[in-house]
Amino acid sequence: MAPITVTIKLFAHFRHGRFKEADHQFPPGVACREVILGLGFRLGEMGIVMVNGQHAPLDHPLSERDTLALFPLVGGG
Amino acid sequence: MDKILRVNMTDLTTAVEEVPAEWAGLGGRALTSTIVAREVPPACHALGPNNKLVFAPGLLSGTAASNSGRLSAGAKSPLTGGIKESNVGGTAAQMFARLGIKALIVEGMPQGEGWYALKVGKDGVTIEEERGLLGLGNFAVIEALQSLFGKKTGVIAIGPAGEMKLTSANISVKDPSGKIRSHGRGGLGAVMGSKRIKFIAIDDEGAPGISLADPEAFKAASRVFTKALMDHPVSGQGLPTYGTNVLVNILHEAGGLPTRNFTHGQFDGHEQICGETMHDTIVARGGKPRHGCHAGCVIQCSQVYHDQEGQYLTSGFEYETIWGLGANCLIKELDDIARADSLMDDLGLDSIETAVAFGVAMEAGILSWGDGKEVVRILREEIGKGTALGRVIGSGAGAVGRTYGVTRVPVVKNQAIPAYDPRSVKGIGITYCTSPMGADHTAGYTIATNILNVGGQVDPLKKEGQIELSRNLQIATAAIDSTGMCIFIAFPALDIPECLPALIDMINARFGAKLTGEDVTGLGKSVLKLERAFNLAAGLTSADDRLPEFFSSDPVAPHQAVWDFTNEEIDAFWDF
Repeated sequence: MAPITVTIKLFAHFRHGRFKEADHQFPPGVACREVILGLGFRLGEMGIVMVNGQHAPLDHPLSERDTLALFPLVGGG
Repeated sequence: MDKILRVNMTDLTTAVEEVPAEWAGLGGRALTSTIVAREVPPACHALGPNNKLVFAPGLLSGTAASNSGRLSAGAKSPLTGGIKESNVGGTAAQMFARLGIKALIVEGMPQGEGWYALKVGKDGVTIEEERGLLGLGNFAVIEALQSLFGKKTGVIAIGPAGEMKLTSANISVKDPSGKIRSHGRGGLGAVMGSKRIKFIAIDDEGAPGISLADPEAFKAASRVFTKALMDHPVSGQGLPTYGTNVLVNILHEAGGLPTRNFTHGQFDGHEQICGETMHDTIVARGGKPRHGCHAGCVIQCSQVYHDQEGQYLTSGFEYETIWGLGANCLIKELDDIARADSLMDDLGLDSIETAVAFGVAMEAGILSWGDGKEVVRILREEIGKGTALGRVIGSGAGAVGRTYGVTRVPVVKNQAIPAYDPRSVKGIGITYCTSPMGADHTAGYTIATNILNVGGQVDPLKKEGQIELSRNLQIATAAIDSTGMCIFIAFPALDIPECLPALIDMINARFGAKLTGEDVTGLGKSVLKLERAFNLAAGLTSADDRLPEFFSSDPVAPHQAVWDFTNEEIDAFWDF
């Protein structure tokens, strides 16, 4: 099966030593969890995980041209 | 012994009163709202002699409890026509508490054209005529009072906007750096202007200080409470590093960042104004990424922002202001927004109401979208000088919409909607509708659970669970607003089991009380119901608990979300 392209966006201190936004290729149906671990994060560091602007569970399978956004636990108001 | 200070501006007399027994267990919002509900005729004109302006420190203000230095101000709001409480950091709450001042009540109205100042100290309060500082901005007022009375003097003041009784006028309070924090919302600065009081100077020399019923128990609870604040990732790390402005990118990603006067949910300039960019800019220019609005704050979400030359430009530069002039008005230059922020502080304008008013003004064609330089000019030359246009914009989003025939006017109870689109973050829409304060995100901050995964998770795009979420948060917030605590303690309180019990233990140790969690929830409920009853008596109805029509008719990208709650569903909020 051909690999899929997923846009990954990182925020706050997740950007340090990594990137703001980048396209990565994965096997079809790869779970958010695998992508997160592959970037060197611990799962416990994740505050918010969004796929295409909506909150997604860690086992959510990704599709071609999905956008995965990762935030640490931050907040404000 | 705690006391009530009462100032009558009609006959220019003052009195020191005993605290009535039924007010003894109240502070902050619970006390200002109780006094306003008891003493202000709900149908009165908010800028007339029958309105009263009440200041009260929280129950824990003045103690060593972390983040307890908030001061509540209350009155009937000239903006909403309902009851208003707005709280602020700065130095005044702790000074009032150390002086044993449970509340300062300002009533009546002078007959002549004269202006006055109040001086608060250990012997009570005096009224003096004021001439020299009239017409000056807040920064000049603070500077003048510090050179007159010393660096430590406390200041509560209005700028030119309050003197003109504009309904966006705020009340400014000096912070520990000699800069400004604001009782921002609801036009309380206009109420202070209507009483013809330019400033209140506070001297806590010789203050009796705070006594604790059980100092050991207080210390133990305080330690647990502070640890919870430091341990939670939001209050312990996120807010101190990026401030509130970290939300720009989060709300952009979630499609809930109101853009171009609430026509879109995402802003293509988000990276230019976001918290990450702001943090790097502050560090590069030698500003301070961390700063507290009051002594004893361990969260330090504020910051000091410098210009390109490394000179001080503004502080307390918050997400709401940056969103309001940024995404909502399409301004992409953070420096222009910072200049406008500083001017709004100096003139004494609520930066949410004013930013949203500018968005409506842009929709009306008064100025171009994204024109930050023109925003700065209008603030300085039109609002600052009190021209007709300046007064219209300075009277808020609703006033601009009515004057120029704009139909997309994001207000509830005539108060501007803040930085979260209620179509794509539905819980906050319930808070905007039902809060007795008008559209106010802090009244029941569902963003925590809708977006930030704090206190569980409720899908922001679905209707399920939003009423209950908003209700629970509004009840908790009404209680927290009465303690003198910063609302950001809610992040650890929602997630760390020891946090809220420690807060209650501190209140009990301070007063020798035996409050339970249920009592505190009961206090929150009674405050909300008291405020709601005032609003109904003032002539507001459930028809005022609604979002503007366009939220139901115009879907917002990227989720094409609409506001789809029925009136019956919204009204069920009050079933408690």
